[in-house]
Amino acid sequence: MSEHLVRVLVAAGAVAFVGLGLALPWIKTPAIFVLSYGLAALGVVVMLRGGQISFGHAMFACIAGYTVAFLQRAYPHLDGVVLVAAGVLAASVAGAIIGVFVVRYRAIFFGMLNLALSMVLFSLLSKLYEISGGTDGLRIDRPTLGGISFDRDGYESALLIASVVVAIVLGWLVQRYFRSAAGEALAGIKTNEARLEYLGLSARRILWSGYVISAALVGLSGALFALVQGLVTPEMGYWLRSGEFVFIAILGGSVHALGAFMGAILFTIIKLGAAAWLTGFWQLLLGTTLIIVILAAPTGIAGLLRLGARRAEGDGR
Amino acid sequence: MTVDLLLLALADGVSYAGLLFLVALGLTLIFGVMGIVNVAHGAFFAFGGYTASTFVVAVAQPDTSAFVLLLALVAAAVVVGLLLGTALEAGLLRRVQDKDPILQLLVTFAAFMIFEDLQRFIWGASPRSAAAVVDSLGTIELFDVTYTRYQILLVPTVAIVAYFGLRTFLRRARIGKQIVAVTHSREVATALGINARRIGWLTFVIGAMLGALGGALAAPTTSLVPGIGTEMIVLSFSVVATAGLGQITGALIAALIIGIARSIAVYTMPELEVVVPYLIMVGVLLVRPNGLFTVAQARRI
Repeated sequence: MSEHLVRVLVAAGAVAFVGLGLALPWIKTPAIFVLSYGLAALGVVVMLRGGQISFGHAMFACIAGYTVAFLQRAYPHLDGVVLVAAGVLAASVAGAIIGVFVVRYRAIFFGMLNLALSMVLFSLLSKLYEISGGTDGLRIDRPTLGGISFDRDGYESALLIASVVVAIVLGWLVQRYFRSAAGEALAGIKTNEARLEYLGLSARRILWSGYVISAALVGLSGALFALVQGLVTPEMGYWLRSGEFVFIAILGGSVHALGAFMGAILFTIIKLGAAAWLTGFWQLLLGTTLIIVILAAPTGIAGLLRLGARRAEGDGR
Repeated sequence: MTVDLLLLALADGVSYAGLLFLVALGLTLIFGVMGIVNVAHGAFFAFGGYTASTFVVAVAQPDTSAFVLLLALVAAAVVVGLLLGTALEAGLLRRVQDKDPILQLLVTFAAFMIFEDLQRFIWGASPRSAAAVVDSLGTIELFDVTYTRYQILLVPTVAIVAYFGLRTFLRRARIGKQIVAVTHSREVATALGINARRIGWLTFVIGAMLGALGGALAAPTTSLVPGIGTEMIVLSFSVVATAGLGQITGALIAALIIGIARSIAVYTMPELEVVVPYLIMVGVLLVRPNGLFTVAQARRI
């Protein structure tokens, strides 16, 4: 995708999100969910760049969400910004520790080990009722944001604007990372790992740093999700949630960081449509769309846009 | 832990290991030929179980013989394996054969999501079972502990028969040898005149039947609920990964280790029941990254 097209899309998206959110208050919550899902999918995209797929990344959203809940229970007056930062930190630390172990594996082993670990977390959170509140989860009260206490409406507006800013900044940073030496090396793991090692680079270390970045992104998504939902449940770490992240990442495509957010928008539209007309067939719809995307457009929306942009350039000359 | 309890746990564990082995056997067989781990395998298990419960409920009268009931279980496995296996292999996997392995994996994952919703649509969310089979076989006493014949005799026997049957089939039968050839190298096998496409379908259906048979045999003793397929795919993968992908004898041993450890946990530390298989897998993979029984392989550069 050309730089110009990306700038136009990002600007249009940001204006649309904030404008629609402020004009139609009911859009605020879904809009924040879209951005939260987009951030998580961005984390999965980082792994996709390295040719790896994780069926358990939602565990990092879950870890961050529960960190927010636990911290607020211990210190009720903590600011929302501090809570989110602590959630991201917890997810990154967990990612750094788990990463040391999982980066030794590739392909299905990588995916299933992540799935197994997330299942362990999910079942522990569901069963240890005294600590985690079991399947009912834990409530989160509305915190102050940056020292200001908002009413419900103002709180959601503030969260929305903050999420848009964070999404743009992180999308840009991740795109920078993809273009950096470390990011190109990460893509090298997908292309040919043995050659990468012959260049003197440690594939494990590169994948590990990618893994920590992706855990932090998914963690941020989970912390935001927890704040806007006001509730954390073990469902946040269920495999279906991880599957949804993967779905968005594939839908959006891994050629550009922007893809994750476009995927998240489409995902939410499908989800709202399914809730209205096809209750109970959510997984069926997800699965079918995923298969269609893989068969028809394996590079996702971002890939299609890049293809379109190249054709347009070709015609111009 | 008393001796009685240990014996009970052992019996439960061996029985559970039998189920686990059947499912893992199917998974590892499919991996051998197709080169992908079929995530939808958990759906074969779930469909096998649910179909078996429907069949058993349909034929069960107070005086139905055990033989007829067992036949119903096997019939369920054959029907599910044939239908779902063919649908997935011929309808979907064949189309993505040449794509990125990640995308192939995702296709099976997507198929799993679809199957799970279909299963909920057909059988609903309330628990199902096929307990009539267990009652029809009666109980047996060993060392003063009462076991059901179904768990202590039937399930392990079926697993052992499947193990030796498959091994003999792969070594002696003409088609079995062809399957082994395709597993080693699809290209060379094709060049030698083997119809790799047909062998691929056949292996997939056999694998799917084994997965469904595991489900069908689980139906009499477990209550089937939505989500059981997910649990099983992760568990059977942990068996296959512990053993090493494609290792049949290894899968038998790994299934025994994980099955028994899990049932000991059920009796002593019930909260940790779910965690134990993963701990074993993680422990094994830390020491031997390719599983217990895998031999070293050359890397392509």
